[in-house]
Amino acid sequence: MMRVPAVAALAALCACNDPGTTTLQFWAMGREGELVPQLIAEFERDHPGIRVDVQQLPWTSAHEKLLTAFVGDATPDLAQLGNTWLPELATLGALAPLDAQVAASPIVRPADYFAGIWETNEVNGTLYGVPWYVDTRLLFYRRDLLAEAGFAAPPDSWPRWLDAMRAIKTRVGADRYAILLPLDEFEQLLALGLQSGEPLLRDGGRRGNFRSAGFRSALAFYIGIFAEQLAPVATQTQVSNPWDELGRGYFSFFLHGPWSIEEFSRRLPASQQTTWATAPLPGPTGPGASIAGGSSLVVFRRSPRAREAWTLIEYLSRPEVQRRFYALTNNLPPRRTSWEDPRFAHDEHVQAFRDQLERVRRTPPVPEWERIATEMRLVSERAARRVSPATSAAERSAIVDAAAAEIDARADQILEKRRWILARQGAR
Amino acid sequence: LTVRPAWGFVSPALIAVAVFFLVPVIAALALSFTDFDIYGVADRDNVRFIGVDNYRRLFETPVFWTALANTTFFVVVGAPLSIAVSLGAALLVNAQLARLRGVFRTALFAPVVTTVVAVAVIWRYIFHTRYGFLNHALGWLGIDPVDWLGDPRWAMPAMIVFAVWKNFGTNMIIFLAGLQSIPGDLYEAARIDGAHRTQQFRFVTLPALAPTMLLVTILTMVGYFQLFAEPYVMTRGGPAQSTTSVLYFMFEEGFKWWNLGFASAVAFVLFAIMLAGTVLQLALARRWSRP
Repeated sequence: MMRVPAVAALAALCACNDPGTTTLQFWAMGREGELVPQLIAEFERDHPGIRVDVQQLPWTSAHEKLLTAFVGDATPDLAQLGNTWLPELATLGALAPLDAQVAASPIVRPADYFAGIWETNEVNGTLYGVPWYVDTRLLFYRRDLLAEAGFAAPPDSWPRWLDAMRAIKTRVGADRYAILLPLDEFEQLLALGLQSGEPLLRDGGRRGNFRSAGFRSALAFYIGIFAEQLAPVATQTQVSNPWDELGRGYFSFFLHGPWSIEEFSRRLPASQQTTWATAPLPGPTGPGASIAGGSSLVVFRRSPRAREAWTLIEYLSRPEVQRRFYALTNNLPPRRTSWEDPRFAHDEHVQAFRDQLERVRRTPPVPEWERIATEMRLVSERAARRVSPATSAAERSAIVDAAAAEIDARADQILEKRRWILARQGAR
Repeated sequence: LTVRPAWGFVSPALIAVAVFFLVPVIAALALSFTDFDIYGVADRDNVRFIGVDNYRRLFETPVFWTALANTTFFVVVGAPLSIAVSLGAALLVNAQLARLRGVFRTALFAPVVTTVVAVAVIWRYIFHTRYGFLNHALGWLGIDPVDWLGDPRWAMPAMIVFAVWKNFGTNMIIFLAGLQSIPGDLYEAARIDGAHRTQQFRFVTLPALAPTMLLVTILTMVGYFQLFAEPYVMTRGGPAQSTTSVLYFMFEEGFKWWNLGFASAVAFVLFAIMLAGTVLQLALARRWSRP
């Protein structure tokens, strides 16, 4: 029994020496890495000269593995990359530019991709990746509880949203809430902060811009939700199972990503399946923007098989392949053409995402971004724990202003090295 | 003449120590005087030699002081509690009257060999504000529910309860070995002199256990200073950084944000603190054991 894998491994080794065959090293994370080999089989049939060796990385250690691979000169030919990590690896010089390949490609057409998602692959005007699937945050809500509170449709602006939350809170009382905003996640505040359109960093990513009117109004809205006790002062680890809790009505609004659709379908009983729904994220005055998340496919600069790697990226970017990828993994496709399919048209939960994807914004493309977002979370968590219904309006706005200034100060400190490097490059 | 072959025999071990311990430690010390980070990974020209700036900045970072205060609280409260529980358990298991001693010894040692990640999941449910067993039990006593892992004031005590439960078994085994090596005739002599149980414990057991106690105290203190796994799996350093330990802070700086220069400085400061603690304990032990 033990000999079969050994023989297969030997066969794989021999394939490298076969002059007619090229073996691509493809790193993919988590569930994608587990399921993508099912799509690769067809690719290998169509391209007899190319074999693909998929390596599955766990998400929790993927970032570390990519960096050590870069240091140890052991990067693969191509990889799946969370699009917030892309600026970092591009800055390292680990990734190959793809502008020429895209310009010549009959398959990858930038105009067909959601603009906000496409942008996340550009660093300083150069393209380093092609979107593979998208991820964004929007509203999951309890239709029945919202209706009981007197709202027939989900809110589409902050004032209406606040009215709806207050009405729900009045009905459910002290032990239950209107919304869940876990204090250990930065995505919720980040989505609201991106909505004004004012950049979160200024001077070409040299300094924080969290004191801008746009971000401060988002922070005031976020902190106000905690001050009015519309959201529990709780972390993700405390709630432990947000899907069941929405089902129990512990809260009625929940900001989450596409994978929650599957969780709700699986976890809530059949009798409750009509009670939950999705809606685009409300903005300050009307339908608002959300985060342009997701994963891209990238080619590594050191790869001697860049041409074959690009062939695989083109194959995985074909609309019909993206639809099959969705069927396998529930990952939403980044191309408008891929969405033209009855499977999406008849799924009301997914349609809200289709709508939202036309309004997604990228986070600042600097390697330090994730760290800055974490500091933003820590400062806003502290502010959220300081407010209560007893806090006066003046105190509340002072807390918000102080928090915005503190995030800016921390961002500026984190960006010190970047300022030094940019200044040195400018001097040369 | 006999020295030279001896060097030959120990040299493989010395070379291994030098390559796998000495060189990395010296490299880390050198690293702590630079601002080596993600840009340094890209290009060595991006690394600046900044002298003691990392250490200076470290002492100016509020989170470091928070982490140090959290860690100190954990050590000062957790370590004595852990030692007391270990000694208590060892005395119970060692008692002449106890039945099924093998079973109890195994049961009490079991938490040590379980995976911290697996038991953390269970403890997260025990600590759960609304569904947890702990709050349920407190409810019987008429105590209001405590938000164990969500309230910055209670998260560290919860962490101590979890850590003590997880770790007391090791020290219990060491104490048990110490207790069993106390000659029975000492107790006999004490009984003849009319000493009752508490006096026997105070004047026979404790002095006889002193060397064991010193070892256990140092090991526990060093271990508790390296608090990491518990907050990593239970709270991720939160809520509001109330369970961020020095080691957790170092891990985030080094392996999450890749500020290897700064993280090395944290490591050396932690090393200095633990060294000082150990030297102090040894000095105190020497003074107390003087006749």
